[in-house]
Amino acid sequence: MNEIQRNIIISKSRLAKGTYEFWIDNELIAGNAKPGQFVIIRTSEKGERIPITIADSYGSAFRIVVKAVGKSTIELCMKNEKEQLFDVVGPLGKPSEINYYGKVIVIGGGVGIAAILPIAKALKNAGNVVTGILGAKTSSELILKSEFSFADKVVVCTDDGSEGIKGTVVDGMLKEFEMEIPNIIWAVGPAVMMKTTSKVASEYNVPIWVSLNAIMVDGTGMCGGCRVLLRKEEDGGIKEEIKYVCVDGPEFDGRYVDWDSFIRRLQQYKEEEKQALDKFLERVGDMSWL
Amino acid sequence: MAVKDRIPVPELEPSKRKKNFMEVSLGYTFELAYQEAQRCLQCKVPTCISGCPVGIDIPGFIIEIVRGNLKKSYEILKSYNYLPAICGRVCPQEVQCEGACVLNKMGKPINIGALERFVADFASQEGFDDERGKFSSSESIPNILKSEPDKVSALKSKKVAVVGSGPAGLTVASELGKLGVKVHVYEALHEFGGVLVYGIPEFRLPKEIVKREVLQLETLGVELFKNIPVGYAIHPKELLEEYDAVFVGVGAGTPKFMGIPGSELNGVYSANEFLTRVNLMKAYRFPEYDTPIKVGKRVVVVGGGNTAMDAARSALRLGAQVTVVYRRTEAEMPARRAEIHHAKEEGIEFLFLTNPVKYIGNESGKLIGVECIKMELGESDESGRRKPIPIPNSNFVVEADIAIEAIGTESNRFLLIQFPDLKTNKYGYIITNEYGQTSIPKVFAGGDIVTGSATVILAMGAGKKAAEGIVRFLTE
Repeated sequence: MNEIQRNIIISKSRLAKGTYEFWIDNELIAGNAKPGQFVIIRTSEKGERIPITIADSYGSAFRIVVKAVGKSTIELCMKNEKEQLFDVVGPLGKPSEINYYGKVIVIGGGVGIAAILPIAKALKNAGNVVTGILGAKTSSELILKSEFSFADKVVVCTDDGSEGIKGTVVDGMLKEFEMEIPNIIWAVGPAVMMKTTSKVASEYNVPIWVSLNAIMVDGTGMCGGCRVLLRKEEDGGIKEEIKYVCVDGPEFDGRYVDWDSFIRRLQQYKEEEKQALDKFLERVGDMSWL
Repeated sequence: MAVKDRIPVPELEPSKRKKNFMEVSLGYTFELAYQEAQRCLQCKVPTCISGCPVGIDIPGFIIEIVRGNLKKSYEILKSYNYLPAICGRVCPQEVQCEGACVLNKMGKPINIGALERFVADFASQEGFDDERGKFSSSESIPNILKSEPDKVSALKSKKVAVVGSGPAGLTVASELGKLGVKVHVYEALHEFGGVLVYGIPEFRLPKEIVKREVLQLETLGVELFKNIPVGYAIHPKELLEEYDAVFVGVGAGTPKFMGIPGSELNGVYSANEFLTRVNLMKAYRFPEYDTPIKVGKRVVVVGGGNTAMDAARSALRLGAQVTVVYRRTEAEMPARRAEIHHAKEEGIEFLFLTNPVKYIGNESGKLIGVECIKMELGESDESGRRKPIPIPNSNFVVEADIAIEAIGTESNRFLLIQFPDLKTNKYGYIITNEYGQTSIPKVFAGGDIVTGSATVILAMGAGKKAAEGIVRFLTE
């Protein structure tokens, strides 16, 4: 089949333990990607389809940041410069709704910082006053902080207090709220982080966009595996609605997401994921380099 | 003279096939095909042709089998239908060509599907299926152009984009490719074939067959590009600027769910997801392949169409005990008779006049049962089928760790949200005229994105019509 030579890794660097940044050559994706969109990557003929948020693009290349947590993401992190990725498709998903809102807080947790970066930049370019709250377990795992220099303010939170506020991004968020309630929030990170930040946003009645990392297969609205339950109060009653993360999202107002079922659905293949990882580690051996 | 019985097609024994994904139907040998072909009456007015959505010269290809001229037989098939090995396997022949066969009155129609498949497979075995340009025969030139050679040669400078490589798109590509039009096919997934690769299981349609017939398009000069989500990677506006015409064959969209309580529980799948994991991602070979699937011990499949049968028979092969729940009776099931028959043979249980009302989960959010209600048939509705009505207080629970809903799909909005000028009906499907032309004159559409979920051959028929429409449009 006709294949334009694309999807070559043109640069790879280690941002933190187990976290890698890749720049991948694909002019269709790089030229068309908007903040909030994602790609799906397969590393081999037998590989699964891995959705990853696009973290930036420049010229004919786009950037992703990958955290090695399971077999497929480790395999991806083992790829090196000049190698060609097996399949890359994108951009997928609806772009973020970038507008002028006024005061905006963007929250990134862990590898979610990479996903929030292009959104924050676009919001700044749209004239918003942007505060970034960046969270990590510890200082050495905090990524891309220097790239937020365009922001009006950057707050760092680490679980162990090795940098910035000792605590989670919610602690940082509450401190900001004491000074001024923002007009809108974006939060990207682990599901539990998005759930807790959404809870705070809900209490203060502030819209909060979260980018859901649902389990997906095709990513084009065909399979329905990434469905999420939204629950809104409307006309005095509760309205429940099934939405599809790949085509209706990936961003939703976190105040309406049914987080318990969302988090449960993320765990669906826990046993299989462990089985695949164990088998993989048996084969490739020592992973301490990650 | 008594009409001879149909020659049965050899099949794998149910006991041998229900634990693997090997093709159930083994197909005719030459000897068997010859015997079956001899039964064809070669009617002067062949009703079978009118039953075929792509109008194949059926008596023509059959008589060549009797004459032993399989190359000619293949050429005839191919000039009407570029995917005969696929159609021979998955068309609902009983309601099309075979349903229209005069011998059907005696319950003994010619097994046209099996003959078509035999000829296509034979061609591939013998290697006379890939000669470049071989099948650009005069049959492929639409009647309107037969007396206008200038227009036919003008087509060679035209460029057409086909969005989606399912049965409709592949048909358009082959029809236009045969006339020398420059065709580019864009597919969002990592394999070509659309529903043929993600939807229909290996045991009904081996993926190698799809690959073979798709590759054949390249002999016509058609170029295929995968991993390209038209909409975001290429904006529709760019297509309109770059191509002389565009065909949209993006298929059905997001699966429907009944929306009963518990739909978000772990263990509730749409048939699309279950089948995509199995067929496209080969989850049945996990962990050799990375994509997992949950099957559990007891599976309930909801629905009565071909997709429901495919899901049920796939789950069975993955080791589950499977129950199909359908709200009407067997007579109303939209699935092909052969599929229902195969499913029963393999040991799938059917609960007719039954409808799920609630999914029951355990404390960790995993499905453990499906609460159902008994139904009875009332008055006929607008579809002409009797409407199922729940019988009060007839609820009961079917134990299940997996439930698969196969109740249809909605329109595919992936591309359409980027294409606001394209007029759609109230269900979100694209509105076209009989030649597939949409509200934007240079954009044509066909298949499930126009009709809603239908069959492979209907999509191919729509592709054929649209190709004719595109030819008219390009030569006007």
